[in-house]
Amino acid sequence: MDSNAIKLDAQCYHCGDICLGHPIHFDEKDFCCEGCKTVYSILNKSDLCEYYDLNAAPGASQRKRYRKDKFEFLELAEVQQKLIQYKDADQTHLIFYLPQMHCSSCLWLLENIHHVNSSILSSRVNFGKKEIFISFDNSKATLRSVVETLADIGYEPHISLDQLDAKQTLGTNRTRWYKIGVAGFCLSNISMMSFSEYLIGGGTLEPELALAFKVLSIALAIPTLFYSGSEFFVSAWGGLKHRYLNIDAPVALALAMTFIRSLYEIFSGTGSGYLDSMAGIIFFMLIGRWLQDRTYQAVSFDRDFKSFFPIAVNVIKDGKSIPVTVDKLRPDDVFQIHHQEIIPVDAILSKGNALIDYSFVSGESAPVNVSKGEIVYAGGKQTDGKLELIVVKEVSQSYLTNLWNKEIDQSKPALEHNLIDTISTYFTYVVFAIGILAGGYWYWQGETTLMWNAMTTILIVACPCALLLSSNFTNGNILRIFSINKFYLRSPEVIEKMAKISHIVFDKTGTLTQHRKSKITYQGQILNREEQEHLANILSQANHPATRAICDYLEISEAHEVKNYKLTEGQGVEAWIDEYYYKLGSPAFVGKTFVNLSGSQVCISKDGEFKGVFQVSNVYRFGIFDLIQKLNHKFKLSVISGDNDSEAAVLNNFFSNKESILFHQKPQDKMDYIQHLQSNVTDKVMMIGDGLNDAGALLQSDIGIAVTDSDNTFTPASDGIIDANKLAILDKFLLFAKDGYRIIGVSFLISIIYNVIGIYFAVQGILSPFIAAILMPSSSISIVLITYGMSEWMAKYRGLKLTNTQKEPTV
Amino acid sequence: MSVMIIILIMSIAIAGGFLVAFLWSVKDGQYDDDFSPAQRAIFDDKTKIKTKTNSNI
Repeated sequence: MDSNAIKLDAQCYHCGDICLGHPIHFDEKDFCCEGCKTVYSILNKSDLCEYYDLNAAPGASQRKRYRKDKFEFLELAEVQQKLIQYKDADQTHLIFYLPQMHCSSCLWLLENIHHVNSSILSSRVNFGKKEIFISFDNSKATLRSVVETLADIGYEPHISLDQLDAKQTLGTNRTRWYKIGVAGFCLSNISMMSFSEYLIGGGTLEPELALAFKVLSIALAIPTLFYSGSEFFVSAWGGLKHRYLNIDAPVALALAMTFIRSLYEIFSGTGSGYLDSMAGIIFFMLIGRWLQDRTYQAVSFDRDFKSFFPIAVNVIKDGKSIPVTVDKLRPDDVFQIHHQEIIPVDAILSKGNALIDYSFVSGESAPVNVSKGEIVYAGGKQTDGKLELIVVKEVSQSYLTNLWNKEIDQSKPALEHNLIDTISTYFTYVVFAIGILAGGYWYWQGETTLMWNAMTTILIVACPCALLLSSNFTNGNILRIFSINKFYLRSPEVIEKMAKISHIVFDKTGTLTQHRKSKITYQGQILNREEQEHLANILSQANHPATRAICDYLEISEAHEVKNYKLTEGQGVEAWIDEYYYKLGSPAFVGKTFVNLSGSQVCISKDGEFKGVFQVSNVYRFGIFDLIQKLNHKFKLSVISGDNDSEAAVLNNFFSNKESILFHQKPQDKMDYIQHLQSNVTDKVMMIGDGLNDAGALLQSDIGIAVTDSDNTFTPASDGIIDANKLAILDKFLLFAKDGYRIIGVSFLISIIYNVIGIYFAVQGILSPFIAAILMPSSSISIVLITYGMSEWMAKYRGLKLTNTQKEPTV
Repeated sequence: MSVMIIILIMSIAIAGGFLVAFLWSVKDGQYDDDFSPAQRAIFDDKTKIKTKTNSNI
């Protein structure tokens, strides 16, 4: 192990991460950390290794295992009461959200969890919602032990404050399915009866049968309209109350018109009505809505900062530490924060070494040293052991909460009127005008029957439903294709906005670069194991991001006493260790000069002899520069980073506009920058960021896209969430969104042709039921087929995945 | 003619049966999760059998 050439190819058997440094060898397998090994050994013991056969390296990284008493708060009665779904003398039922769930291995393991913990009676996964239902035996287990079992096998449930505030909403909304079912049933039966009438040509049906048809049609039409179609009326009425003709208003009008007119025809004996068309409109509209609104239950777009906080902390009272939920913390309470935990309230440091990483709040990657008696702010993450703090302000009044609330207030104005809304409104006016003109003409001709006939049929046949269907189906399919490619949008409106984007703003850390990963290269004399240990020991004392990265890279296994440690600010450190004198720092500090190096450097000299130099630089995401080069031609690009400008040289090479690369940007600056860009009305801004420090900018931008590294990290509120590995094909997503726009345009044209034909007959008052019967369903169905076919084809053309089973393009 | 009406009512009743079956399946949660059922079907129950015999011992 005497080499500095560190193996990079060993992959962890559990999580698939590359084992930095020295992989842990166990049972002839490599593991990246103790955590992964522990999970493996638990599963191995329970004979559950099929987990690893179903998918390669299915686990989530276990580098950060939970600490022993982390779940102590689950013994609090008030927390239990909020989490437990059902409890009787024998068993307890629970539902947890497990963000790590991502593949069939997860499903398999979680449903076999009773082999790990025999007190669990049954477990059932809802994969779409990433939820697990667990029932356990009260006499053998507690809430805490069940949660610990889950955490032991690498699936720590996400328990958040929000969830405690309001009891989890259980079960999915199935109303739309019921409505579609009822509408489909009624449509098929009404069609069956009216079809026979069309074939006969009307009039010659035997009176008894005709009566039966009519009665049954009306009986079937009533639930269709009043149950399945109710949402159109509710929404149209809601719009009208706010003096706004929304997208559902013309639909509701057409439906009401069709129904009344049909009733009139049937009761007056003048015809058989258009009940089949009415049911058809409702059925297809509902399907379109369903496609469009299929929400990604597992993806949350509304997470706020509270989801990142610990739920409970240990408060020290009379020398004893008791768990207390964060919202119950009061000023002057003394509480503990553990390594890697986020501080939930503004507090004063009373004990421990505080090295607070505020990157979450400010975007700065260098942790800050806080001395005893000084204030630490909520949102900072402790990175150096355990702390004791005294509460200054409650959660609801802390600095971070105020910052967040301020940002929310300034959030985007209500949805702008989108294209489809605008067109359908105009369309409605035009249809009204045509109806009135035709009616007026016939009235002037003295043909009052024809007048009513013409006016109502115009409204029926020229329903904007085909227009709405085309956008519903196209957007629905685009959202689906995006989600297969791991790009999740909050709503279909975002697609339209995406098509108009002209300026893209990137965050640097965690967006362009890989999160918390640095590339470390070493040049010089080979360091032996002892020297590596020495360096790691010295560097662990310094708190510069570069030295910490090197420290992680070298890994300390043995503590050596560091003597006469001396820090020269901005230069480097010197120290004695095991009778050796080390100097570490900038080239000048060790008496060397280098040219041609970028990023941060740490030079090493031992007993006055120069050994070599470590270079620490950001690791950019795969394919990111290709993406930038592709986008450079079509969009204005900016980079706003909360970090220092050590990477300026690299970025300048790739971004054509050097002025738009900004460093040292605080969250407020980022937001102001977006606002500044938006002051140019023609510019629509897309912000791509990852941390809470980008949250304001994400909200301020026209579209905020949050980048997530794995399925289980939490993202700030945004309009869309993109998997970090897919960021490189952002250009394809943008192009495809534009295609969607065109597809809607084409299908609009087609439906207008249908409408013109229909209106041609309708204004003359001669629209026979036969023509209506052909025209209306064929327009709906052809629109559906055209939009579906075109969007699939365009996605293929753009090189996006179309099905989940399709193989990933090799990276 | 009454035959036609009987047939008509029967056909609607049969279709109604399917509607009820559909609503029932929705209520039962069959449409809540479109991933796991398909996956469950292809899992081996090897371990299940093993543990069953274990628990019998």
